[in-house]
Amino acid sequence: MNNNNIDLTKELSRIIQTDDIFRQPDVAHIFIHHHKVIQSHLLPGLEIKVKEYEDHIEVNTTVEKDSKIDKPVHMCFGMLPEQGIQKIIIHNDIRENASASFLAHCAFPNAVDIQHIMEGTIQVGKNAHYRYLERHVHGLYGGVKVYPHSQIQLAEGAHFYSEFELIKGRAGLIDIQYEANCEANSVLEMIARISGKGNDQIMIKEIGHLKGERARGFLNTKVAATDHAKAEVYNKLTASAAYARGHVSCIEIIKDNGIVSAIPIVEVNHPKAHITHEAALGSVDSKQLQTLMARGLTENEATDLIIQGLLS
Amino acid sequence: MKNILEVKDLSFSTNGKNILKNINIEVWEGYVHAIVGPNGAGKSTLASAIMGLEGYRDYQGSIYLKGEEISKLSIDERARRGITLGWQEPARYEGLLIKDFLKASARNKSNDFIFKQLERVGLDPEEYANRAVDKTLSGGERKKVELASILAMDPDLVLLDEPDSGIDAETLDKMFEIIKEQKKNKRTMVLITHSLAVLKQADHAFVFCNGEILMKAEAQKVIPYFKNKCLPCKHKNIPDEKGAR
Ligand SMILES: Nc1ncnc2c1ncn2[C@@H]1O[C@H](COP(=O)(O)OP(=O)(O)O)[C@@H](O)[C@H]1O
Ligand SMILES: [Mg+2]
Repeated sequence: MNNNNIDLTKELSRIIQTDDIFRQPDVAHIFIHHHKVIQSHLLPGLEIKVKEYEDHIEVNTTVEKDSKIDKPVHMCFGMLPEQGIQKIIIHNDIRENASASFLAHCAFPNAVDIQHIMEGTIQVGKNAHYRYLERHVHGLYGGVKVYPHSQIQLAEGAHFYSEFELIKGRAGLIDIQYEANCEANSVLEMIARISGKGNDQIMIKEIGHLKGERARGFLNTKVAATDHAKAEVYNKLTASAAYARGHVSCIEIIKDNGIVSAIPIVEVNHPKAHITHEAALGSVDSKQLQTLMARGLTENEATDLIIQGLLS
Repeated sequence: MKNILEVKDLSFSTNGKNILKNINIEVWEGYVHAIVGPNGAGKSTLASAIMGLEGYRDYQGSIYLKGEEISKLSIDERARRGITLGWQEPARYEGLLIKDFLKASARNKSNDFIFKQLERVGLDPEEYANRAVDKTLSGGERKKVELASILAMDPDLVLLDEPDSGIDAETLDKMFEIIKEQKKNKRTMVLITHSLAVLKQADHAFVFCNGEILMKAEAQKVIPYFKNKCLPCKHKNIPDEKGAR
């Protein structure tokens, strides 16, 4: 590893606050800056093959059959410059009976005009477990456009859990599109917690198709929009097999001139399937704000704290 | 006697109703004061004006904090100059942990310090630090958390609105101890109350009725007056329809 890579790795890990992972031999990690791998550490049963190109990077991750990766695999994607495009084509293959969880950190601390494009396909094999947590650390100016798009296949009995979180810093533009096909007895859980301010724009489109008997799906979105931020949530579950169960929930919080529109869609094509949905609208009330301000917090600090609580 | 807070010729009306009528108050640094009066007298309105709360900023007259006129300052600017208000009915926060709520205002953000403030108000940190400041807290617990957050902030001047409401006898004794401790530490307190027990904690008191001050004197003199004249009086204060703030 050259010095330049060491510096980049240090800087990224400082931003995402994960210095200690380098000291733990049982924690796998990979750091990708722009379209280059700058540091990685793998474990038996976990394979990550990377192809670096000028305009994108391809990351193929495989967790071997029956392999259990105990500690979360840290994946850090980031860019320190103010401008640029980071495009990642990612294929995750979690083979039969395997289990692994991934913690993706996306850091764009100096963003003025950055695009982060993630095109993924995820396969979770029979009875395999897959957890994916994505945390974003953005700067204060909102110059990031984030496009996480994924196609997901869950085999029989597979378990998929994803959490997308962006509650500190500015969201910029976020356009999430996940679509999952779920076979019998599989479980799909998707959680998104996003807070927008300034003129941030948030679009969330999560779709789950419960195709096999007893497949279960939960789409859970919490979004906050303050200032002039806009959020659109379009979450959809379809169920076409007996005993498929699902729930779509959306909590929206608005303040100032923020706008949130949430459209839960449920489509049931089998008499023995059942899907419910709910949407709740919250707001930051003035007594909550004024109490914190009376303790010395600015209105913005108070708003952030209240929203972090509501989204937790 | 040094005035930490002075209210001069303060009048406030809203919706065509005169709620505060030419109020003059001096709060001495390092002493415990009480503002006593029946429900609807205007006590919370005065506290709201002093803190600069929304809907209560449009008053006539002046308010001086440590000699500085603060009427144009926002709530947080006032707070950062050393004043805070403990609400009668404190706000609830879904998902916000008690320890994070306290940290937000604390001058020392360490867990040790935060936990100590919880202990001071009789809340076991083990049990409470990671609970949310939400609807699952009882009224009394929420009041204790409010007091702990004020202790964590440790401002020079505290206005406590009805500190005894929703609080059991044991906790009340604890609160009275804290008031004594704070006084020893040269902190200034204004207790807003319609209770004789709270009035007895004060050095000095203002009797409030119908938006006016009837009497200011040392608490020893106010106690018999309040007991004999105010408590039995069926006067013309119109209770707050919107309930406690
Ligand atoms: N925003 C408001 N609009 C209308 N009336 C108000 C408002 N705030 C207070 N009042 C009225 O002013 C009077 C004094 O209320 P308050 O200050 O709450 O009394 P206290 O705290 O002494 O019980 C009450 O009659 C109350 O209804
Ligand atoms: Mg009151």
